[in-house]
Amino acid sequence: MRRRRWWSTLLFYLLLAFILLYLVFPFYWAVVSSLKSPQELFETPVRYWPAHPRWQNYVDVFTQQPFGRNLLNSTVVAGLTTLLSLLVGSTAAYALGRFRFMGKRTVFFTVLSVAMFPQISVLGGMFVLIRSLGLYNTWWALVLAYMIFTLPFTIWVLTSFIREIPRELEEAAFVDGASPVQVLRIVLLPLMAPGLVTAGLLAFIQAWNEFLFALTFTIDNSARTVPVAIALFSGASQYELPWAQIMAASVIVTVPLIVLVLVFQQRLVSGLTAGAVKG
Amino acid sequence: MIQRSRLAARRTRTAWLFLLPSLLVLLVAAAYPLWRTFQLSFYQVSILQFPLQPEWVGFDNYRFLLADPYWRVSLKNTAVFTVVSVALETVLGLGIALAVNARFAGRGLMRTAMLVPWAIPTVVSAQMWRWMYNDVYGVVNDLLLRAHLIAQPLAWLSDPHLALPGVIAVDVWKTTPFMALLLLAGLQSIPDELYEASTVDGASGWQQFWRITLPLLKPALLVALIFRTLDALRVFDVIYVMTGTNPTTMSMSVYARQQLVDFGALGYGSAVSMGIFLIIALFAAAYLVSLRVELD
Repeated sequence: MRRRRWWSTLLFYLLLAFILLYLVFPFYWAVVSSLKSPQELFETPVRYWPAHPRWQNYVDVFTQQPFGRNLLNSTVVAGLTTLLSLLVGSTAAYALGRFRFMGKRTVFFTVLSVAMFPQISVLGGMFVLIRSLGLYNTWWALVLAYMIFTLPFTIWVLTSFIREIPRELEEAAFVDGASPVQVLRIVLLPLMAPGLVTAGLLAFIQAWNEFLFALTFTIDNSARTVPVAIALFSGASQYELPWAQIMAASVIVTVPLIVLVLVFQQRLVSGLTAGAVKG
Repeated sequence: MIQRSRLAARRTRTAWLFLLPSLLVLLVAAAYPLWRTFQLSFYQVSILQFPLQPEWVGFDNYRFLLADPYWRVSLKNTAVFTVVSVALETVLGLGIALAVNARFAGRGLMRTAMLVPWAIPTVVSAQMWRWMYNDVYGVVNDLLLRAHLIAQPLAWLSDPHLALPGVIAVDVWKTTPFMALLLLAGLQSIPDELYEASTVDGASGWQQFWRITLPLLKPALLVALIFRTLDALRVFDVIYVMTGTNPTTMSMSVYARQQLVDFGALGYGSAVSMGIFLIIALFAAAYLVSLRVELD
């Protein structure tokens, strides 16, 4: 290693500090804005820390807006989508990761191309399907629609996990006369646990953040999810957006995601780089 | 020999049984709606009447699409958005990845901070920035005024010259760290010995970057680039939330949804959707060809 001069080290840390500030500032600003009173929010020059921080906006989000209901909707929809994707996707990943069979390449590329095609290209057909199934403005409409992107992605991540598990244990189980279903359930699933957590988390985050389908397939708060609610928050008049409440709601949905990311950092990164996926 | 092929046949059958649930779900959730959208693109039909009352119009929707000035505008906006945002994200992402790849105190903190913009829902980040861009009370104008970079506050999202760059800046903020993470994984797979050996041979940092880092990073760079391009081409959330259906920033997806839902033109909107599908399918096909996946 070359010896660094002190000023080049200083410059390097300044650069890092700048990058850090750039990445985190918008979130900091949302927190600051959510703690301001309406008068302070619309005050010039802008204050970089509220003179009288207050929690009222966080209360208002739940009393003046139906945000509690939106949170429930998002949790149920993202939870169901994740569970279904893992359930259905793990057997498919087992087949793709372990079996040699005719047509495997075709299946693999079909799944991969579904993951890549744009949501907008199924919007019209999906709308008609959901209407004719009577699912419009329900949780199930969103769960069904979200499988388009969570399932291929789950299969992709789980397949790459299964390939890394050594085969010896399964082979021993087969020799002992276990069926493929038993092998998957008893031998492979426990070994896949880290992969299931990673794939599940990524599917949950994708479903939690989705906007286009949620905007189009819901009409009121009985099924409206958090991203749509935050996009459509309205105040007393059309021209007066409740910015403090929007920022408070933004902080409320972002904090759990940041905690998840902190806890599962290593796994998320390995899952993302294994799949090289959309953000 | 016979027994062996019988065993293989049984394995094949088991594999397909395991695949069946997923294939069924994808058939209902992906293949059928796609087929239906394709079908609808040959009809004139309103989204407001159920059951649908479609009227066959043949290729009229597509003929109209080719001459539609708003489609062209949205095509141009999407192209500008894609080229500029992907280029900036790649260059900045590579820079950040190189910086974070060095050994320094607080590297873990830095890596966590990089995941923050990625984890924030796009809609939320769009709203955060919309507020920061506010022409009177926004912090962006305040900072630029304090730094004497501008003489008076700018109307970031309503000025036709600034709106698209403003939206692109938000996408760059949100996606650059993700790009950096993908590239960082690529950087870490380059063995240290290569750098040590070349340092002994007297190579400069600059030479090392061009002769070692960049060539070995090429596969990771290519994958990241193509994924970002596919993603940018279908951009919807950030544009819809920040500037709605305003033609100065409208992307292809925003236009398709406006036709489908706001105007209720299920037939024409589907034709727009199929146009987008075709464009992205071409890029995706190029990706699949360039990608060499190990299957066994």
